[in-house]
Amino acid sequence: MELDLNNSMPGSVQLKSFMEKEPVRSPASTTALLRELVEHLRQHRTELREEWARRITEAKVLTAMSDAEIFAEATSVYDNYVAALETGTFEALQTYSRNLSERIIPRGVETHEVIGIVLLLRDVLARSLFAKYQSDFQLLNQILDAYEPAANRIANTVAVGFVQERERIIREQQEAIRELSTPVLQVRERLLILPIIGVIDPQRARQLTEQLLRGIRANRARVVVIDITGVAAMDSHVANHLVQTVEASRLLGATVIVTGLSPEIAQTLVKIGVDLGKMNTVGDLQGGIEEAERLLGYKVVPFDAPTQIPGIRDDA
Amino acid sequence: MAVPILKQSQYLIATIQSALTDEDLLLLQTALVEKVGKFRSRGVIVDVTALDVLDSFASRTLRDIAHIIRLRGAETVIVGVQPEVAFAMVQLGITLEKVSTALDLEEGLSYLDKKLQHVRAEP
Repeated sequence: MELDLNNSMPGSVQLKSFMEKEPVRSPASTTALLRELVEHLRQHRTELREEWARRITEAKVLTAMSDAEIFAEATSVYDNYVAALETGTFEALQTYSRNLSERIIPRGVETHEVIGIVLLLRDVLARSLFAKYQSDFQLLNQILDAYEPAANRIANTVAVGFVQERERIIREQQEAIRELSTPVLQVRERLLILPIIGVIDPQRARQLTEQLLRGIRANRARVVVIDITGVAAMDSHVANHLVQTVEASRLLGATVIVTGLSPEIAQTLVKIGVDLGKMNTVGDLQGGIEEAERLLGYKVVPFDAPTQIPGIRDDA
Repeated sequence: MAVPILKQSQYLIATIQSALTDEDLLLLQTALVEKVGKFRSRGVIVDVTALDVLDSFASRTLRDIAHIIRLRGAETVIVGVQPEVAFAMVQLGITLEKVSTALDLEEGLSYLDKKLQHVRAEP
């Protein structure tokens, strides 16, 4: 087999420019080849698109979407794909892939699925090229030289667009979690409660402690009840942080009562050997507040006659 | 810079005004231990509100002061630890164990009042 080195040059030039992320500078021959390629893809649009949609269904990706949706999206992707091949510019494709990602990420489409379908399209088109040029190997090589770098760059663009969109969403959600500030509430003179809900990561733990210590100073608190009923899991790092918070509060002259340790968390803490000996723990928030009231010298006594609660009719 | 020690009825109040050298801290320790005996004080309050750093030596000295003064028959309360200082200390593993702490001077005084009343009430 003899290959014309001169003829295969344009492809490698293009590949090089693809690697360097420069605009594609295609010599005349490559442009002509791409034009021929685009012509081919336009002509066989219907069957190639159907073949692609069939392969997507076969590969069992995009299970979150219906067949009709897959077909509709496949059509747009196909047209954008051909347009990108034709013009050599990727801005439109980038915008489209960002749009697409915005639509499909909330429905649970995974990164591997998106990359998978774009690679499937690349394969489907490459096969159609094999079929068309099987008689002329040299021409097939030239066509592939023109096609492959562009196709790879398209796959790259779509994948990067998808991942960027995902990361943007993750960042937004982290921001939202951070802003769900944990309130430090005063329930009685000198008594604060701090209900903690959700996952505690080191950053949030630090923020919680700072807020609590400021709250103790601002409200002149003597007792603090930290309720962790809403905390699903706790590792040694967070547990140690909790212990530190308790000790720091004590340095400010406040006693801390921790309530709402779930059976699972209690067992985990004992198993990993976190020393909770210095912590004052009570079963639930109610018990914690009662204990705190006792420490502060409050005594809750019922009225002689129950108060009439508005809205509740007493028929007796 | 020397720390002024004020006598207020049966208590001594030492207010630290600025950052102290190790030597100053030891002087404070000696002075307090002496004055507790001289004035027959029942309680000592060390106010650290002005400090934005409490290093390990200072913390250890404060702890020693508290323990020595307990041996001399009086109670010590450290008051006015700043939130940032408290957290930094705990992270360094300095927890002033077995030393009483209170939010500020007022709280410290009421703590001592209650504590000493309790001691006297015992037969």
